[in-house]
Amino acid sequence: MNTLLFIFQLLIVPALSPLGIGFIRKVKARMQNRVGASVFQPYRDLWKLFQKDEVISEDASWIFRFSPYLIFAITILIGASIPVIAAVPVALDFLPSFSFLPAGDFLVIIYLFALMTFFLALSGMDTGSAFGGFGSSREMMVAALAEAGLLFSLLAVSVTAESGNVVAMVGNLQYLPLQALFPLLIAFLAFIIALLAENARFPVDNPATHLELTMIHEAMILEHSGKRLALMEWAAANKLLIFILLAVNLFFPWGVSLSYDSFSGLLVSTLLVVGKSAILLFGIAFLESTMAKFRIFRVPDLLLTSFVLGVIALAISITF
Amino acid sequence: MEFLLTPASVLLLFAFFFIGSVGAVFIERLFSDNGKMAGFWGHGFALLGSLLGLAISVSVLFFGQGIAFTLPTVFPNFLLDFRLDGIAAFFFGIISLVSALASIYGFGYQKHFYGKYRLGVFSFFYNAFIASLLLVPIANHALFFLLAWELMSVASYFLVVFENQKEENIKAGFLYFLMTHFGTVFVMIAFFLAYKATGSFLFDDWRAATGTITPLIQGIIFGAALIGFGTKAGIIPLHIWLPEAHPAAPSHVSALMSGVMVKTALFMLFRFFFDFFPGAPMEWGLVIILIGSLSALLGILYALSENDIKRLFAFSTVENVGIILLGLGAGVTFFSIGLESFALFSLAAALYHTLNHAIFKSLLFLGAGSVVEATGTRNMESYGGLIKLLPFTAGFFLVGSLAISAFPPFNGFASEWLTFQSLFIGMTSAEMIIKVVFFIAIGSLVFTSGLAAACFVKTFGATFLARPRTEEAKNAKEVSVFMLLPMGILALLSFLLGINATTVVASLIAIIASIGLIRPVTLQFPFSEFIQARADFAAILPLESIALLLGLVFLLSFGAIWFVTRSRKIVVGPTWDCGTPLGPRGEITSGSFSRSLVTIFRGILRPTRQSTVEYHDEDMRYFIKSQEIRTSMSDPYRKGIYQPIGVVLHFLASQARRIQSGNVNMYILYLFLTLIILLLWATHV
Repeated sequence: MNTLLFIFQLLIVPALSPLGIGFIRKVKARMQNRVGASVFQPYRDLWKLFQKDEVISEDASWIFRFSPYLIFAITILIGASIPVIAAVPVALDFLPSFSFLPAGDFLVIIYLFALMTFFLALSGMDTGSAFGGFGSSREMMVAALAEAGLLFSLLAVSVTAESGNVVAMVGNLQYLPLQALFPLLIAFLAFIIALLAENARFPVDNPATHLELTMIHEAMILEHSGKRLALMEWAAANKLLIFILLAVNLFFPWGVSLSYDSFSGLLVSTLLVVGKSAILLFGIAFLESTMAKFRIFRVPDLLLTSFVLGVIALAISITF
Repeated sequence: MEFLLTPASVLLLFAFFFIGSVGAVFIERLFSDNGKMAGFWGHGFALLGSLLGLAISVSVLFFGQGIAFTLPTVFPNFLLDFRLDGIAAFFFGIISLVSALASIYGFGYQKHFYGKYRLGVFSFFYNAFIASLLLVPIANHALFFLLAWELMSVASYFLVVFENQKEENIKAGFLYFLMTHFGTVFVMIAFFLAYKATGSFLFDDWRAATGTITPLIQGIIFGAALIGFGTKAGIIPLHIWLPEAHPAAPSHVSALMSGVMVKTALFMLFRFFFDFFPGAPMEWGLVIILIGSLSALLGILYALSENDIKRLFAFSTVENVGIILLGLGAGVTFFSIGLESFALFSLAAALYHTLNHAIFKSLLFLGAGSVVEATGTRNMESYGGLIKLLPFTAGFFLVGSLAISAFPPFNGFASEWLTFQSLFIGMTSAEMIIKVVFFIAIGSLVFTSGLAAACFVKTFGATFLARPRTEEAKNAKEVSVFMLLPMGILALLSFLLGINATTVVASLIAIIASIGLIRPVTLQFPFSEFIQARADFAAILPLESIALLLGLVFLLSFGAIWFVTRSRKIVVGPTWDCGTPLGPRGEITSGSFSRSLVTIFRGILRPTRQSTVEYHDEDMRYFIKSQEIRTSMSDPYRKGIYQPIGVVLHFLASQARRIQSGNVNMYILYLFLTLIILLLWATHV
């Protein structure tokens, strides 16, 4: 049973993540009065890319060839370590030390994402193209500044929930009175800004453009093709879904099941998580349809706002 | 085995260094082979001595039994008193380890100097330097310690200026000499005040005198020690010599200076605050934390804006010393408010980061040395594409970059994680002032770690990735196996110290808990606490299982994707060039990579920019003939602090010159007056 759950946790995020991207694209299309592609289009894109041959630059080294696999694996690991529909640590039956629990420490999650960004930036620089280099430079700028808001907002949750592990946090938060969760609203704002920055969404980056002046994430993966591009795209989708799940499950923890035993509980939990995630995804799509991208040197202001909000949330939660 | 725990083994160790240093000078006279034999002799004995040192410290830590002995001298107030206890053995071990690996590296690196510089002289100072490094943690008498400290400064000065055909090295050496003696003055003030308060130069008597010293004197001692040792450790704003002196030295000496010499200063701070005069008031902890926050954040910002690979690493040392100070300061704070177990935890974080930084910074400096050896320049703008030409160096360098940017499962992450946790604990303390300071520290540390990642993407990317930007980089060749082997060992250690975090932390806690013992030195490991700490920690952060999981997931996904797509072809083609030929100018450089972050932090970094444009026709400014842009950073410390001090000193010196008339009668008068004043004073007292 536990082994099945282990596999379930490994697969659930990558299985659903393209759907999240498809949903955002669909909403955006409707807001522009277009019908838009099906929400399942990202799955077809991935399938198509996996079928294709690859072109790799002659200047690229093993970093370029190796990075997509590592980046993808990191997102899978984090995806398995966070609570999706149930906040339960799962270990293998025959190997109890093989648990996703340690990777659910919020500092570990932040640093694993940073490791992912590190290799993404390196593979952007590896081909010697001007686009890749500048994409990497901008990405590291954004990542370096976004980390503070991310850490402080999660730290505020961690202090309130008295645990450093996201799985335990979700469980502990459910037992707290509503007013104790007030600072988390501010932390949520900080987290959302970090989410937009880390996932290359508006107003930090435009995921739909290949205009050299504006792109960050797309510039780094410009030289990738075939299965490596598919892995990069899939990893980005996983990362977005992980952030969405963290946002809804940590800041609005109600309804997340605390065991895998009760079927009805899991059903309720699933419906709630899907509903909450859909609202958040809709919000991101709405934001992207209604506002313009920031100039690159306005981005630090936004990220510092996230940092300050995180500081305020933390200050409130450790004072009261 | 028992031999390693006797004074004889320690003396044998110093005998190795003595033979290594003096012998090399004679060997150079005997053989006329451009100093080849002398270099092998010097590095060889340094290696032997370091290996013995490593064995001694391992057995001290393993058997839990220290070494203490005194050698007689003819001077009444000067004792050669040695004490190798747990904490000293820890630092002794770090120094020995890095020295041993640096010496192996030296076998390969020395061919740099054949015929150009005298390797006999180099070996003399190299051995003297390592010997003095090893003396510092075990000297147990203030004057003996000062002797070792001075020897360390002087020997390293001669290594900094060893390549004396370059003028900037002489300048760097002079600055280093000046700053290190500025620091020594404060160390002496601290020592003499302690002597005045306790009546002894023996460190053991200081330990015994705990609590008898007035708080004011104790405060001044702490302040002087912080400034004195802080200069050696490179805290901001006393850091200005580091980025000059560390790059100027030969690369394996840079590794020793950056990796372990700055640690000896941290070791003494540790001794002062927890061993000699334990029970420092809370404010000292907070001051150390604030200094640490400042050094960490500014250090990494300066590193980020640097294009000289070795200067960049020197600034990164400033950053890491800051992180270590965060742990140390948290420890002082926790002790003062009675939270001993948290203090132990924070100190473990500080010591862990000390060990880790010694490992990965030496690795990076050795890697930088190989790159400099292969390309002939320290300017990162001239590198590029070296990963294909120096594959092993690149691989080890990558491990070092990952470790120093604190990525799991490498060792840098483990210690940074611990430092974060100790700051989190302090943040929830009841006192407002503690809360605020720890808050600042967390903010500083999180920005520091983010910027460190950016900094090392830049360093690795600009050096090893893309295409070579110059002919020198195009013709680079992989370095010799002597130089690769130590890097490989250090890279492996980076990984092992990361995944064995649980064991390392438990042993560190045991080492710290062994402080505060009276002669004869025996280390009592409190085994119950030892086991408890180990169990607690294993429950929190088992890095080995994270590494295992990451490896497993990686292999699974790699295998699955490879299987599914195994029939797809890979075509190798040129990078997309947008229609303009691909040249080195199209690639991103080190300077442009960090430009956006430098622009964001321009308030702190103060970048300067000069541009000159030349037109074909001055009246019709459409066609540019040539354009030149120079960017650099202004140095606020020199301009704001050191230059004014220099002006004042110069003024005072020129005033003092007035009494020096050059007339011998005048000087005799001065002597006479001085004598009379002294006599009067003596009779008065």
